[in-house]
Amino acid sequence: MFGSAIIVFRESLEAALLIGIIAAATRGLAGRNLWLAIGIGAGLGGALVVAGLTETIAEMAEGAGQELFNAAILGIAVLMLGWHNIWMATHGREMAAQAKSMGNAVRTGQREMSALAILIALAVLREGSETALFLYGLAAGDGSSRVSMLSGGLLGLAAGVGAGWVLYSGLARIPLRHFFTVTSALILFLAAGMAGQMARLLIQGDLIRPLASPLWDSSSLLPMDSFLGNLLHIFAGYEARPSGMQVLFYTLTFLVILAGMRWSRPRIPQAT
Amino acid sequence: MKTLVLACLMFPLAALAADLEATLTIKDHQFTPSELKVPAGKKVKLLVSNLDSTPEEFESHELNREKLVAGNGKATIYIGPLAPGKYPFYGEFHDKTARGVIVAE
Repeated sequence: MFGSAIIVFRESLEAALLIGIIAAATRGLAGRNLWLAIGIGAGLGGALVVAGLTETIAEMAEGAGQELFNAAILGIAVLMLGWHNIWMATHGREMAAQAKSMGNAVRTGQREMSALAILIALAVLREGSETALFLYGLAAGDGSSRVSMLSGGLLGLAAGVGAGWVLYSGLARIPLRHFFTVTSALILFLAAGMAGQMARLLIQGDLIRPLASPLWDSSSLLPMDSFLGNLLHIFAGYEARPSGMQVLFYTLTFLVILAGMRWSRPRIPQAT
Repeated sequence: MKTLVLACLMFPLAALAADLEATLTIKDHQFTPSELKVPAGKKVKLLVSNLDSTPEEFESHELNREKLVAGNGKATIYIGPLAPGKYPFYGEFHDKTARGVIVAE
């Protein structure tokens, strides 16, 4: 029972934490909850479809279909997170000043929210399809332990959602003055980490070269399966044995988004 | 980001040379062979064939690899070039029984 709880917890954790961060970062945007619900709902539906198509997707692109598919999802997610951060650099300050959305921000806010709903849908789809496959495997397996395994799965899912909620409420307590700095920093690391994962998948499918592999090995210092290593992996894309290409993707994404945030920040605080 | 992806796609694809292949089979939630020897310093195309009806996830922190293998399905995973040494892997969905090690030498 606990084995299946841990697996489902790990699969649902990443999506739940992303939703927690996005939900916190879009505090005050009109219609936020509806957009979040749409994103989660669409993602769950998509997850079932993708889980059913696993074999078909895997056989595409000469066996690299799964990698291409997940890399594409991660690529879109990175673009949207980057765009969100740049958007926040422009509008976050006025929103913080007014503590609510208004005027122009409402209109662009809707576009922003619809884009973030897609992002959430993709994250739920990616993690959810793996969870669905795992649970399907349990349900199809031998009958005796089925119930306890499935209830373990549900327990894991609840724990994942709970972790997302804890992160959300924690972030929501941060004073507005620092709030956008904290969420932007979290999202910046998250996006860079996703870009690194994207590189790993493309290397695994032999679509790009690994360059140096591994570039370093910090697994004796901070193993990936340790609590801290896992946490850093989810939040900041930590890898104990990254290839050179992963580090390149990570660093470039980090720098490009950071530069975009700096350039789009209004030089003089807007008086509205 | 777009230009980044494009730039990387323009890297010469290394798939032209004939790939070294190695095969792993999953049956009753166990890997066969449980110890797989591959040459060090070379890229290897690892074919994982799942004879069970339930899905499995091939995972290895040491190899930095993770891939779903559908029930009664196959998966291709490129690994290496590896430095000589042992690289444990496991099936995440059945990690008590599905265990093995790749030995690069």
